[in-house]
Parts: sequence; C-alpha cells; structure tokens
Amino acid sequence: MTIAEMEKPNERGLQQVAANERLTFFGLTLPYLLMVTALIVIPVGWLFYLSFIGRDGSLSFENYERMMKSKAYIRIFLTTFKISILTTIICAAIGYPLAYFMSQLSRKWANICMIGVLIPFWTSLLVRTYAWLVLLQKKGLLNNMAIEMGLISEPIKIVHNTTGTLIGMVHIMLPFLILPLYANMRAIDKDTLKAASSLGATPTRAFWTVFFPLSLPGLLAGLLIVFVLCLGFYVTPAILGGGRVIMAAMKISSNIELYFSWGAASALGVVLLVVTGIILFIASKLVSMDQLGNR
Amino acid sequence: MKINILKSAIGCLTATGFLFSATASYAEDTLRIVSWGGAYQKGQSLGIFQPAAKAMGITVKEDTYGGISDVKLMVKSGADKFDIFSSGAGSCASGAAEGVLEKLDYSVIDVSNHLPGMYSDYCAGADIFSVVAAYNTDTYGEGKGPKTWADFYDVEKFPGTRAMRSKVDAQLETALLADGVPMDQVYKVLDSEEGIERALNKIRTIKPHIAVWWSSGAQHAQLMKDGEVDMTTGWNGRFDVAKEDGAKVAYDWQSGIMDWEGYGIPKGAKNKDLAMKYIAEMMKPEYMAEFAKYITYGPTNKKVYELGLMTDERAKMMPSHPDNAKHQLTLSTEWYSKWRTIAAEMYTEMMTE
Repeated sequence: MTIAEMEKPNERGLQQVAANERLTFFGLTLPYLLMVTALIVIPVGWLFYLSFIGRDGSLSFENYERMMKSKAYIRIFLTTFKISILTTIICAAIGYPLAYFMSQLSRKWANICMIGVLIPFWTSLLVRTYAWLVLLQKKGLLNNMAIEMGLISEPIKIVHNTTGTLIGMVHIMLPFLILPLYANMRAIDKDTLKAASSLGATPTRAFWTVFFPLSLPGLLAGLLIVFVLCLGFYVTPAILGGGRVIMAAMKISSNIELYFSWGAASALGVVLLVVTGIILFIASKLVSMDQLGNR
Repeated sequence: MKINILKSAIGCLTATGFLFSATASYAEDTLRIVSWGGAYQKGQSLGIFQPAAKAMGITVKEDTYGGISDVKLMVKSGADKFDIFSSGAGSCASGAAEGVLEKLDYSVIDVSNHLPGMYSDYCAGADIFSVVAAYNTDTYGEGKGPKTWADFYDVEKFPGTRAMRSKVDAQLETALLADGVPMDQVYKVLDSEEGIERALNKIRTIKPHIAVWWSSGAQHAQLMKDGEVDMTTGWNGRFDVAKEDGAKVAYDWQSGIMDWEGYGIPKGAKNKDLAMKYIAEMMKPEYMAEFAKYITYGPTNKKVYELGLMTDERAKMMPSHPDNAKHQLTLSTEWYSKWRTIAAEMYTEMMTE
C-alpha cells in the first residue's frame, strides 16, 4: 500500500468534516441572508419593477423615455457623479494624513483626537449643514471677518454653489473615511517600518513602499463608503447648493411630487444604481481589491 | 415556559387591541389637520384651527405635511394620517384630477359670501396670498427698489443678486409680465410649449444674476433677512413677518400674482362628515379676521370687510384689498392642471443649464 492510498479513508473523513463545516457556516449566515433578501433584494426588485410601470398602470418605458428626452436628467447625473468624486478625493486628501498622524500617536492622544473626529459625527446632519450656511453666506461670519481684517473688499461666494456643497459634504463624510482607515493603520505592524529602515530605506521610501501599500485596504474601504454615500446625498446639497447644485436624490424627490408615481422616481434610482455598479466594477478591475487585501 | 410566552403574547395582543379600539372611539370627536408649519400655520392655529375646534367642542390635532403629493401617496397606499389638509388652489386641483379628494358639500359649507372664484368643488378657499418681488431696502432704499416684474428683470437699472423659486409655480408669469405681455394675455401666451419657452428665455437673461433658487417660504424670508440676495420672488406674508422681525425688506403690489389657499379632505377620510362641518365653521369671517392679524393673507369671505372685523390699516396690507388687487394677475388653476408637469421639466432643464 502506498502512503497516498493509506491516507484515503482519512481524506474522506476530512472532506466530510469540511462539508459539515460549510453547512454550519451557511446555517449561521442564514438569518443575515434572509434579512438582506427581505430588506434589500425584494424592495430594490420591487422598485425596479415599478420603474417600468407607466402613469396609467400598464407596462411601459415612459419613465426611461422621459430621461432621454430632457437634457436635465443627464446633467443631474453628471453633477451627482462630479460632486461625489470630488468629495471623495478631497476627503482622501484631508483624511489620509490625519489618520496617519493619529495612528502614530500614543493610544491616549489618538483617543483624544478620535473624539474630535467623532463629536461632529454624532451631531445632527441638519444642524451642521445650517451651521455652514451661517458661516459661509454673504454676510456670514467668514466673509465679515475677512472684510474686517482687510483681506477682501467684496464678500466672496462660498455658499449656494458647488464650493459650499463640497465644503459641507466633505465635513460630513470625513469620519466615514477616517474610521476604517485609522483602524487599518493601527493594525499595521510598526516593526515592518523598522525592518525597512534597518535595510537602509529612508523614512519616505519606507512609507511609500511599506506603509502605504499596507494601508490601501482601509483607504479603499473608506473611499468606497464615502463615494456611495455621496451619491444619495440630499440635505446638504439641497441647502448649501442653493438650487444650483441638483443631485439625483433631489430630482427623485421632486419627481415623486411631480408625477405622483413611484415609477417616475424609481427609474432614476435604477439608473443611479446601474451606473454606480458599472463604475465600481471598472474600479475593481483597475485596482484588484483581493490582491490588495492579501498583501 | 412555552405556554407562558404564548399567554403573555396573547395578553399583549389583546392589550393593543384595546388600545386601538380606544383610539377609534376617541377619534369620533377628534380631527387631524395638516398644514405648512412656520409663521403661516402659527397664524392658522391661533386664529382658526383651535378657536374653531373650541367652538365646536372637538379636539383638533395639528401636524405639518409636504404638500399634495403626501395626500396622493396616503390615499393610494390606503393609509390614514389626517382628515383635512391646507393647500394651494392649484395643488388641490391636481389632487382632484387624480381622484384622491372628497367632493366638498356646499350645502354644509357656506361660501355664499366668498369672493368670486375663491372656492372649488374640492377646495374651500380660506385665505388669499400673493407672489411678489421683494427687495432689500438697504441696497435700493425704501420705495426705490424694483416695483414691477420688468424692474425685477432689469439688471442694468437694478443691479444686484436675485433669487427665484426652484419650482416652476408662479415664476413663468413673472417673466412674461416683464416681457411686456398684458395681464389678461399671460395664460394665453403660456398655453403652448413655445410660450413657456419664451418665458424661460426671459429668465435665462437674468440667470447669471440668480444667486439662489429657493425651495421654501422660510428660506426666502431668511435670504432677505440675512441680505444674502438683493431681491427675490416670494410670498408677501412671509416678507411682512420678516419685516416685523427687523428685516430690511419691501415690495410693491404692482408685482403681485394673486393665489388662494383652502382646505380639502382626502378621499376615504374616516371623519369625513365631521371634517365637512369643521371646514364650514372655519369659513366664518371672525376666524379669517383673526388669522389675518398674524400674517398678511387676506380673507376669502367678504363679510370680514363688511362687518368691519379688520382695521382699515390692516386691510390695506392684504393682497385682496381692492387697491392692491387691481394691479395683480390672478393665478390660473386651469393652466396649472394642464401644463404644470411639462412646464416643471422645462424649468428644471433651464435651471441645470
């Protein structure tokens, strides 16, 4: 008897155990799967179906035809993606250095900094948005101070436009980027950096070749959360955009009011979902997430 | 153990059953009414809703809502949230067209003293308001700001930032009036896509000067109060309230577009009969006069003036006062039920350009 043959009964037993384990795990995930089906798959499927129902209740493409006819819809989608991408980029530019700084501090100081990140996070979105309006408007705090200090002679327009919307959205989205990124950075073994320096790498080189790649999974998770949340943003652009920044969520709401049918609104939601899916698919092809996670 | 759980579950269910039946019997002398909140509903509540409820010996619970779309969604989904709503005439007409409203019984509700046209089959008119061009008196000086819509659209004579509504309602009319269309021709010109486009083109000429597209009355009052824009379209009453609060704001009746607000009943309302009687009560002149003390929206019931329930000084501030009304265009509900959707999409297209 060869060794391989001897091991065969054992292997079968192991396979049996593995199969049982898979079944157990499936059993454990079952409640979650049921919840996702009940709360996400069925409602989204229902909205998808409704988007093909016309005003008279029959099956039709009128909700989609409307989007083709008016240039407003394509502009609104472009604005939505433009604002979301810009917000995500700015969040990364501000959030990454901050998370890095915090990850290098002692636990105690890092926790104090974390409170600074979390307190605004726990404050009502509406309150923060209106606070920005008070700060940024023509005769707001910022403009008045700048004029008094002689920095500017005329108030500058920083709200009721794209700039104001971006300021407000970045402020609200920043914690969503920092939290996963910071957790990831904390988990990076500092010895890897020491090893890099002992092998002769400069601090900059050690950061870019060792630390940065290791922090990428956290960064990508943060970017993804921020980007997707931005796509559905309603309150902040509605208040700080002054009607000049119209995002998809706002048009969805105004279509419910205008057509009194869920179909007219859900068609917009379907398009947003599909386009987002495509963008994320392309992004995942460009940067393979699995690969990053396994590094 | 199992039995215990079962028992307590049954106990809970019975208890909730009692609760529901309790509210059901309680609800027989209770009405739920919804309106727009802010300075407007405060006036309604203090001047009309609560005094009328007291007079009838019933309980009226108030809430705010988001407009006629809420009524439509409520009726179509079979929910039961309120018995009466306060709504603009145009919105009410669109609700009636969708078949989600109860027809009002004018043998119960007395509108014999109403101003002509200020009630419809589905909406009992309660107050008259105007969309006006308000301006900042710090920028232009009291009485020296834009008086007409032509002035509002004249960026050379009146340089400064403007605000207009983010919805189409009562905005296209301003453009045509500014373009020199006589008052009685406005809705004839608007009765085609070319006419709507003409109005939109006029708005396009001042678009670079429009700093904000407002979405609520509270917002346009705030814009004027904070000096964020130099002039805006908006509802006269909100500006008067802002002025009392110290805002530097004024307007001229020559720019007025008159519209009216009333009460309607959603189809299938549980307390329909009581709601009808309550609306009848609210149509009485003394409530309308009381309401007008809080906000400058004029009564639809002529008796208010005839009985001298309002001071002359206050009456002159109302959009419906003859001296003010003669300058104004009256908003056409028919036009809105025919064109609103198309016009709204074209308006959004202009806004996003």
